[in-house]
Formats: sequence, structure tokens, C-alpha cells
Amino acid sequence: MPEEFDAGCARPTGGPVGEDDAPAEKETEEVFKASAREGTMIKVGQKAPDFTAPAYYKGKFAKVKLSEYLGKWVLLCFYPGDFTFV
Amino acid sequence: MSAVADRYPELQKLGVEVLSMSVDSVFVHKMWNDHELSKMVEGGIPYPMLSDGGGNVGKIYGIYDEEGGVETRGRFIIDPDGVVQGFEVLTPPVGRNVNETLRQVQAFQLVRESKGGKATPSGWKPGKTVLEPGPDLVGKVWEVWKTDMARD
Repeated sequence: MPEEFDAGCARPTGGPVGEDDAPAEKETEEVFKASAREGTMIKVGQKAPDFTAPAYYKGKFAKVKLSEYLGKWVLLCFYPGDFTFV
Repeated sequence: MSAVADRYPELQKLGVEVLSMSVDSVFVHKMWNDHELSKMVEGGIPYPMLSDGGGNVGKIYGIYDEEGGVETRGRFIIDPDGVVQGFEVLTPPVGRNVNETLRQVQAFQLVRESKGGKATPSGWKPGKTVLEPGPDLVGKVWEVWKTDMARD
């Protein structure tokens, strides 16, 4: 569940979980796998790729990890940008 | 995203957690919530607004638009096992319909509770006919389900 963090001047980022945990010698293979996945649609009936991301949540900055929501239904909504019109 | 926030109590009642995500920073999320969205939805956005600078998460979900450097309107329904049950992706100018999201969640929940024993036909909504696929139903759907049941 969301865990508060202190925001510095750097823009906090997250990303996919898994690839970074791979041993160094496996790096090329892992990067290849990751890039092969990019741009291709994921499939229904398959696991949602895990990720971490910084979030703004109820007045605080928090770190969110998708896999911490296992056991619950999740609605994940991407959108083009803040202050856009729709 | 305010439309989803508006229906948040209904989503919570169904046990659904909402996460929104765009390439904007958490600082911009705060500004958007505080200065605009909180004027549309009382109390502001009730769920975490995630930041995906660089679109790294959007890329693995297949909804990142490289040319625009933004994420398209991808909406994913993920079940308690972490499995994607459904998604819908729209180009930026057209908004989603939260009614349809709620309908799909209810349908997926019904199927899950029946351990796959039940299926919801086209246009199904709570209260409407549910099908129980099996040898006895083969060739006989026409007897229990009519196309006008798919209409609202």
C-alpha cells in the first residue's frame, strides 16, 4: 500500500519491477527482453507487469507498488496528462 | 480522472482500488488536484495519482505514445491474483465511460465467484440473465437468451 516518502528537488520516478533485480551478467538478455516487450500490448488472462511509482495521495507523496495490491481488484487508468481537457 | 473519482464510492463498495498514472510529476499531480480536480470532486482525488516520468511503465503496458511522449487512455482491470482481465485503450480526445468499467468489474467478479461456472452474455448487467456454459447449453443459447437482452 502507499508508503510516504520525502520529496527532494529531483523529480521522483519509478519503473517496472524485476529487470533491475537481475544479475549483471544477465543484463543484456534482460534489457533485450524488456525492449522486446515495449510497444507490444499485454494480453488478457496474463499477469499484469509489476511496477513501482511515486504518487501524490491525499496530500502526501507516497511510493506505490502494484504487487502490494494482490488480493484486491485494481483499476489502473493511464491518461495523457494533467490539465488536459478530457 | 474526476469522473472516476466521482464514482469512487461505488468502486470501493465493489472492493476495487483505483490507481491513475501519467507522465506528469507528483508535483504537477498535486497542483492539478488542488487547483482544478478538487473543484470538480469534493475532497479532491481519493486515490493515488502515480507518476511515470519517461513512460517506463506505460511502455510495458503497451500504451505509451513515443511521438507525443505521453500515455494514451489505457484502462486495465486487474483481478486479485494480479491477472489482467480486461483493458480498453482510447486516443486522447475521447474520454472513457465509468459505467462500462463498473459493469465489467461486476461481470468479472460474478464469473470469478462462480469459479468459471458462469458467463455473462453481451450487454449483461446485474439482474440480467447469466449463462451456465456446459454440454446442456450447446446449441440452446437461443432458448434462454435473446438479442434484445443486450440492449439497455
